[in-house]
Amino acid sequence: MRTRIIVLLAVLALLGAPMLFAGGGAEAEEDELEIFSWWTAGGEADGLEAMFEVYEERMPGIEIINAAVAGGAGTDAQAVLATRLQGGDPPDSFQVHAGQTLLDTYVAPGLMEPVTFLYDEHGWREVMPEGLIDLISVDGEIYSVPAGIHRSNVLWYNQAIFDEHGLSAPVTLEDAFEAAEVLANAGVTPIALGDTNTWPATHVFESLLLATLGPDGYSGLWTGATPWNHDGVYEALTVMDEMLEYVNSDHAALTWDEATGYVADGTAAMTIMGDWAQGFFTAEGLEPEVDYGWAPSPGTEGSFLLVSDTFGLPRGAPHRDNAVAWLEVVGSREGQDAFNPLKGSIPPRTDADRSLYDSYLRSAMDDFETNAIAPSVAHGAAANEAWADDVNSVMSFFVSERDVDAAVRNLVNTAAEHL
Amino acid sequence: MVASRTERLKAIAVVAPSVGAILLFVYVFIGWTVRTSFSQWRGILPDYTFAGFDNYIAVLNSPRFMINVWNTIFFTAFFLLTTIALGLLMAYILDKGVRGENFFRTVYLFPMAISFVVTGVAWRWIFNPTVGVNAILQTVGLDALVWGWHTDPSRLGTFHLALIPVIIAASWQLSGYTMAMFLAGLRGIPADLIEQARIDGASEFFIFRKILFPLLRPIVFAAMIVLGHFSLKIFDLVYTMTGSGPAFSTDFPAIFMYERTFRANQYGQGAVIAVAMLLLVSVVIVPYLASTLRKEKA
Repeated sequence: MRTRIIVLLAVLALLGAPMLFAGGGAEAEEDELEIFSWWTAGGEADGLEAMFEVYEERMPGIEIINAAVAGGAGTDAQAVLATRLQGGDPPDSFQVHAGQTLLDTYVAPGLMEPVTFLYDEHGWREVMPEGLIDLISVDGEIYSVPAGIHRSNVLWYNQAIFDEHGLSAPVTLEDAFEAAEVLANAGVTPIALGDTNTWPATHVFESLLLATLGPDGYSGLWTGATPWNHDGVYEALTVMDEMLEYVNSDHAALTWDEATGYVADGTAAMTIMGDWAQGFFTAEGLEPEVDYGWAPSPGTEGSFLLVSDTFGLPRGAPHRDNAVAWLEVVGSREGQDAFNPLKGSIPPRTDADRSLYDSYLRSAMDDFETNAIAPSVAHGAAANEAWADDVNSVMSFFVSERDVDAAVRNLVNTAAEHL
Repeated sequence: MVASRTERLKAIAVVAPSVGAILLFVYVFIGWTVRTSFSQWRGILPDYTFAGFDNYIAVLNSPRFMINVWNTIFFTAFFLLTTIALGLLMAYILDKGVRGENFFRTVYLFPMAISFVVTGVAWRWIFNPTVGVNAILQTVGLDALVWGWHTDPSRLGTFHLALIPVIIAASWQLSGYTMAMFLAGLRGIPADLIEQARIDGASEFFIFRKILFPLLRPIVFAAMIVLGHFSLKIFDLVYTMTGSGPAFSTDFPAIFMYERTFRANQYGQGAVIAVAMLLLVSVVIVPYLASTLRKEKA
């Protein structure tokens, strides 16, 4: 009897031993750098890899651990990251969107270390626009280093269809509806939308808000300076309601890339989508300015609705020195010029090597330097996740029920909750 | 049964780890969730400051939650009905001694072995309004039956029509399982009982209604419990097939909880939804446990 119990205990001890060793093995090594992101495929992963190469040249002998988590536009990655931060196990640096995602979610609870010293040391303030730095600063301290910039307010159109019907890129909302009417009469679906994941509807809505309120009025919505029952909000929703008349009937079944595919293959004429759509056109083998064209989304010329991927320095990063060296690569011209052409985004630095970028990216770089910068809500810059989630929820109802008054009422209520 | 002291100690030693694990991973975590639901935890770091019923009020006031409750009720009702009816029908036919019974039994059971994620993606394409079932209906001239399936936000009262494709997909996957349960039940019914009824001149329908069905009642009950608690927690199938659907027409509490907690960082509200789901499941499970316990005592 007793022997049996001893055997049992021995077995348990043997089973337990590897776990103890596993725990020991996870302890921090000196020559490592763990980078967390949700860039796991395509140009994004290539861009990240290119930045790693720049790092390896500068810091030979340091092993980079790519802790990327796939899926869900970062939702799943953020859940994993939250768990790690709650458990006191931060990566050395992680991808985070500029704006409220960074400031409200990570900086406010004291999880981030300011990196203002890097900006002073390397003179980054002179080469990055103030509008961008504002989005990653609180109380005079800067909390992350932008790696790349995407533009949210872009209208993409199929050049062949526009040529065939004698149309040019619409500048105002009126132009856009005139073009849509011409196309609809000719039997072409004027506008492609794929809102099965809801955010593409919010994406269109933010571009319309920017058009009706202007960059200052739009930015004010998220700080309380512009009330949500402003006429501009009613107007944006009314325009959206009209716009939905010109949208493909199966929009609720499509994702954003399937909708972009409609423009690529000529099923639909135009779509409002961020400039990551260009990566899709390129993958389809289409040529910029030949097969497809672009313009700021109607009524938003002179404004740049921004989505920026940045890297920050979490408090308690296991290899802080390596992480700081990483942030120096992220903020360097060399690092940004390695990353952005592959990712299909523009560099936050205004002194980049323009010859590396294609014609769309060069036009976006020009606009980024001169335009008024406003934060995107569909992509976590303008509001914290809870507010953005509520706006998504309002848009999900709006696209189906098309009730402008109810939508404004709900937007006013959620704003009151989060301001 | 009288057991010696050592025997009893041995029994306790054997059971203790699993009891401990259940206590920790089930009951402690339930308690923790309830505590979180009364806390002000919003954002990444935990904050257990007491918030009263704030989170409960916020969730109950959300239009999405009411849609969730109705969707769960309708989905559970129709899903149970179709799965049990189809399972019973298939079992009844197979039990009649169809040729190739083994083959069909395996075919009907197979869907159960597939992950819900796979089923969800497959059915998402089957019901795609442009390339799916609609395309077939159009080619055969049944244009009247063409509609948006899971992308159609229209509803009858509080019943969202977009739930129909989800119910079809879920029933497809689990009818085979109920069939297996019923088949086992049917095989357990003594053949002479039915033989006797037949000699007495009873019709097939009468036999089914008065003999088979009453004897299968415990199986119907068991199937309802297994499928019911399962449909109340449904997540993966719907998440991959339709997401929340237009205007949340195919939204369920588990999806709401996931998005509220991990996308919006509203841990307190997420915990409230989890508690609501626990209450929903207990409505089904507690009476079942009570009746089983009563039977065991008697």
